[in-house]
Amino acid sequence: MSAVQTEVLLQTLISGLLLGGLYALIGIGMTIIMGVMKIINLAHGELMMVGMYIAYVLFAAFNIDPYLSIAVAAPALFLLGIALQKYLINPVMKVDSILPENQVILTVGIGMVLANLATIIFQSDYRQTPVSYGTKAWYLRDLWKDSPVDLSLSMPWSVSFAFAVAITGGLWFFLTKTDMGKSIRATAQDNDAALLMGVNVGKMRVFTFGLGSALVGAAGCLLIPIYYIYPDIGGQFTLISFVITILGGLGSTVGAIIGGLVLGLFESLTATYIGMGWAPVGRFVIFVAVLIFIPGGVASLLKSRKFGK
Amino acid sequence: MKKYLPLVILALLAVLPVIGLSSYVMHILILVVMWSVIGMAWNLLSGYCGQVSFGHAAFFGVGAYTAGILYLKLGISGWWGLPLSLVASVVFALAIGFICLRLRGPYFALATLAMGVILRITAENLTGFTGGDLGIMLRERSWIGKTNYYYIILSLAAVSYWLVKIVTESKLGYYFVAIREDQDAAESLGIDTTLYKTIALVLSAMLTGLAGAFYMNYMGYIDPKVVFALHDISIVAIMVVMVGGVATFWGPTVGSLIMVLLAELIRNVPRLGTAHQTLFGILLIVIIIFLPNGIVGDFGKIKRLFVREAARS
Repeated sequence: MSAVQTEVLLQTLISGLLLGGLYALIGIGMTIIMGVMKIINLAHGELMMVGMYIAYVLFAAFNIDPYLSIAVAAPALFLLGIALQKYLINPVMKVDSILPENQVILTVGIGMVLANLATIIFQSDYRQTPVSYGTKAWYLRDLWKDSPVDLSLSMPWSVSFAFAVAITGGLWFFLTKTDMGKSIRATAQDNDAALLMGVNVGKMRVFTFGLGSALVGAAGCLLIPIYYIYPDIGGQFTLISFVITILGGLGSTVGAIIGGLVLGLFESLTATYIGMGWAPVGRFVIFVAVLIFIPGGVASLLKSRKFGK
Repeated sequence: MKKYLPLVILALLAVLPVIGLSSYVMHILILVVMWSVIGMAWNLLSGYCGQVSFGHAAFFGVGAYTAGILYLKLGISGWWGLPLSLVASVVFALAIGFICLRLRGPYFALATLAMGVILRITAENLTGFTGGDLGIMLRERSWIGKTNYYYIILSLAAVSYWLVKIVTESKLGYYFVAIREDQDAAESLGIDTTLYKTIALVLSAMLTGLAGAFYMNYMGYIDPKVVFALHDISIVAIMVVMVGGVATFWGPTVGSLIMVLLAELIRNVPRLGTAHQTLFGILLIVIIIFLPNGIVGDFGKIKRLFVREAARS
């Protein structure tokens, strides 16, 4: 490999890793909802879109940095998630019908309404938050003069990545060390057993939906300095987070992190070596391959390694 | 009397063009009938067999592109796409079924959704074969008037209705319902669930593919964003059946009538046009919460509601 080729490969891997960190955060939100409620939230990307628009409005109106608007967007999405769960999803779970997939179809309906309302309010223009540090980057040659390859690290990407890692770490702490987190994990493992142990399962469900929405809202704020928004952006990210959850193993948080990183790397490689337009196809090639070869996702691999055969 | 009801309705529909309807009304009628075909196809797989598909646009698009590519590449009439789309959609259904049918419930739904998106992106990127984002346009239409198109789609609808009726009233239909109600129990009773789910998927794909091929010939223009659309095809297919009634004979037809008329109505109201997805979404939410089995399925419930109101007043 010549120096240029190595440079391209390394640069691709770096951007894939940074992208993967954000994907992981988006995927975790979906996977904890899936784990606790056993339903797939097809409005997940649309909730992220709402978070992004909150960051956009705060930036456009008050010039608030998108990273700071996490403090507004995450609680707002938390409340929105709780309201959706309480007033729309819970009633449907009680209704008797032929198709049990009604809840999934319901979330599609919610997503449609959110995306369309955004179109009405903001028009379908592409919008950005042009932050001052948007194009700043660090170069390897600045630090190490004689480096054989020159690599760059975009500043907003790295900051977003750092935030994503911090939020994921906080979530890990919350889920493993606090009472509430333990109750959520118990509900995910076995609904009835958790109920018998005195966990308020109904409350946990509502809270989990809020938590998942807050996480994806935060992810939206992290994404907006490096991306652009338009009202229909959500569908794409719903699919991404679904692919991540399948890749990681349904309901597995660790799996979602690994899945997000793998997907980020793979997409970045497809974009560099095959073509930008094919990156989404690469995403789904992974998806199909996982379904055929490791239907349990990364989580099942981890498990079989841990406990032997 | 009830036995002949479908024939009576078919006969009534067949004489409709004779009374001289305007071209716009004919267009709406054609759309209603076309959507009822797609609805019946979706109902067969998802309503009766319980495998909810979010990706029927995949089969619709495959049918449409079969007709379009025949015209574009071989220069023969797009109508050859009708028979050939059957072959193409069976091939795709088998491939998609091989991948997706190992999943259950909501996971199957999402896998089919992903399939629809994969096909859309592939069609967008294979510019040499499908024309990419430019799409395919028929330079000459078969007929100026709409009457012939109407009779073609009406006969397709009659065939679909007949097929769904035959299938659901045979042993096959009982297998489907058994799989929907409890897949493990069906398996333990000796039903080869994978085989029958594949049969349901193939039948459903064939009907959807036919509708797609018809759409190409009727509209004269397709592009990946139109025929592989998630919200405008896959979700509308679901809504048609959800509104009309899941696992009922007339549900898809009633649903397509309501959905197409509603879409036209909303489009005609100024300033409301952009909000049509909001209204559809709200309609979907309301239907799922209050009439989970659709208008036909919960007809008793609606009737009781009105009777009680009448008794009270």
